[in-house]
Amino acid sequence: MTAAGVVAYALLGGGALLALVRVALGPSLLDRVVATDTLLVIISAGLAVHAALTRDPTVVPVLVVVSLLAFVGSVSIARYIGGMLLKSSAGDGSDVGLPVAAEVREGDR
Amino acid sequence: MTALVDVVAVACLLAGALLCLTAGMGLLRFPDVLSRMHAGTKPQVLGVLLIMVGAAIRLHGWSASWMLLLVAAFQLLTAPVSAHMVSRVAYRRRHVRRDLLLVDELRSSGQDRLYRGDEPADAPPEEPGAALAESRERDEAP
Repeated sequence: MTAAGVVAYALLGGGALLALVRVALGPSLLDRVVATDTLLVIISAGLAVHAALTRDPTVVPVLVVVSLLAFVGSVSIARYIGGMLLKSSAGDGSDVGLPVAAEVREGDR
Repeated sequence: MTALVDVVAVACLLAGALLCLTAGMGLLRFPDVLSRMHAGTKPQVLGVLLIMVGAAIRLHGWSASWMLLLVAAFQLLTAPVSAHMVSRVAYRRRHVRRDLLLVDELRSSGQDRLYRGDEPADAPPEEPGAALAESRERDEAP
């Protein structure tokens, strides 16, 4: 393990850890979607760094799958929430069981 | 020559990894979904491109390089689409701090009359006439 590898993995791990903190904190479902998307990208970047540093192309097909999976996941969750919004008469989903919007909570302070 | 190429590759990898760290910091510090998405998509495009360039330089053989090119092309194609859908739903769910926006072209009153593309198949029909009348009323209002 060279020094460059240690530095690259430390940067990637720090980014992944901060994205995980955002996944845990929320506050809304879409924040978690964005953070999970970023986390998947960081994971695929880590796989690519591993492949590059060891000159081992075994994990390269995994990168293709992971990059497509992130797209499908975030789009399906966005469409799911969009479908729930259509059933709400208030227009923002607050009357069909979706949690309180971020604007309302943070705007009150 | 090979040493120089390796230095370029490792520099690309480190720049991409640094972008991933900045994305994590932006995700944690920014106030709402749109600005968090702005921070989170930096590694999705530029970071992935840099890391793919570094990996394509380091890996030998064309098959790996073509597959890395495929990954980069997928990222460039899919990142705008998913960002568009997530941000539209975020606006309509009011996860956006509207007091921080400079321009707000989506602001409207009441129920939607026109489809915006994220409806299920059993959605009620749209009403373009009512939507047109509403937008004219809004335009005439000061």
